[in-house]
Amino acid sequence: MDALEQLGKTFFDWEAMAAVLPDLLTVGLPNTLLLALASGIIGTIVGMLLAIMGISRNRVLRWIARIYTDIFRGLPAVVIILLIGLGLGPILRQVTGSTSPYPLGILALSLIASAYIGEIFRSGIQSVEKGQLEASRALGFSYGASMQLVVVPQGVRRVLPALVNQFISLIKESSLIYFIGLVASERELFRVGNDAASNTGNLSPLIAAGVLYLCLTIPLTHLVNFIDTRLRVGRKQKPEPDELAAVIPTSGGAKA
Amino acid sequence: MKTIESGTLTGKGLHLSFGSNHVLRGIDLHVERGTTASVIGPSGSGKSTLLRVLNRLIEPDQGDILLDGRSVLKDNPDELRRRIGMVFQQFNLFPHKTVLDNVSLALRKLRKMSAGEAREKALAQLDLVGLKHKADVRPGNLSGGQQQRVAIARALAMDPEVMFFDEATSALDPELVKGVLALMADLASAGMTMVVVTHEMGFSRNVSDTVTFMDGGVVVESGPPSAIFDDAQTPRLRSFLSDVL
Repeated sequence: MDALEQLGKTFFDWEAMAAVLPDLLTVGLPNTLLLALASGIIGTIVGMLLAIMGISRNRVLRWIARIYTDIFRGLPAVVIILLIGLGLGPILRQVTGSTSPYPLGILALSLIASAYIGEIFRSGIQSVEKGQLEASRALGFSYGASMQLVVVPQGVRRVLPALVNQFISLIKESSLIYFIGLVASERELFRVGNDAASNTGNLSPLIAAGVLYLCLTIPLTHLVNFIDTRLRVGRKQKPEPDELAAVIPTSGGAKA
Repeated sequence: MKTIESGTLTGKGLHLSFGSNHVLRGIDLHVERGTTASVIGPSGSGKSTLLRVLNRLIEPDQGDILLDGRSVLKDNPDELRRRIGMVFQQFNLFPHKTVLDNVSLALRKLRKMSAGEAREKALAQLDLVGLKHKADVRPGNLSGGQQQRVAIARALAMDPEVMFFDEATSALDPELVKGVLALMADLASAGMTMVVVTHEMGFSRNVSDTVTFMDGGVVVESGPPSAIFDDAQTPRLRSFLSDVL
């Protein structure tokens, strides 16, 4: 009974949670969202560029995309975050006068995200049947216009679930930014929870931070499932095969 | 349909290799304006590749392509393809766009028509193939025969001088083939210049003005349907015909 009470106190100390909640909501949550959204958007733009380069007929472009992807997908996230955050810090300070490593955190997360998102887009674009590009070119569209109007939109649609998954891991990975040292107002969820946990010697604030992560990620995983089903099944089906077949012979002068 | 004053298409000495695979070995093909030329032959004989070379989806290694007597090899290939409509075995409609958008896309983006103009024209074209009432559905909700007729409308909307059909009925269920063939026959009798790669010997014999028999990347025989189907000169054509008829 004593041990159970001890455990309850360590993980579910409601007072400790209530004490950290304002900071989690006003500092941690906005920062986590900002980090994930900013690097998600940059990662999507750069990722699309990488995907287009990766399927280009130009060998140099393909190589650049390949090397970039191999490096930023192959290294542990912490290594990239530390190298970028600490290595580029002094340069950023000289250029902008700011000592905040926050933008570098976004940069590091964007580099990682873009490598993964680039591969997601590439696989989606390459899964589009060759006939689509051919039909578009046969109409007189250039390669670029065909990609833009016909191939890429279809490819992106197919990988929307994977894209949301990537955003979920970005939300979680944003916690690694604490490695590069942030001032109080820049702390994201994990750091706010962790600071409170170290101060009080109680893990309940981390549990509270964890619950907020789940509030973000669980709806997103369900969004993935929803999109996935929608893409496979379609919005609403209108099966009317008999009527369709009956329509065919009515024109073109054919007899049924 | 408006009268089209051009469209005489000539391929001369066309060669194409993919690596060591010599797919076209010096093909000559002449299609007079307003006539229908069908191309028949066994699978792998290079028929479909020939169509793609003639509209420069694939550039030939050697030879020349003339439209109305003028070589088009130096032209911008995108502009050449706007003058030649193409219909595919697998329809290749754009599944993420409605039937109407499939037909009007090139009108808006390439012909620079306004949305309203393009819509009018696309609807008129869909009406011609009997599918105006399906304008707002996605191609996935149509039968194969309907999809192929949308694909034909999409190609016709650009007012092409020549139409290519690449085994346009091969992927269709048997009961849907007739409607598409009838539409193609209507087009032919309306004076469209057409090159039809087909396995439909009935269509080839009854609708086309000339028939070209290809095998192994060369033209083995060509001539009017009667000469090809009733008076085959070569063993290769005779054996092909006895296989398919």
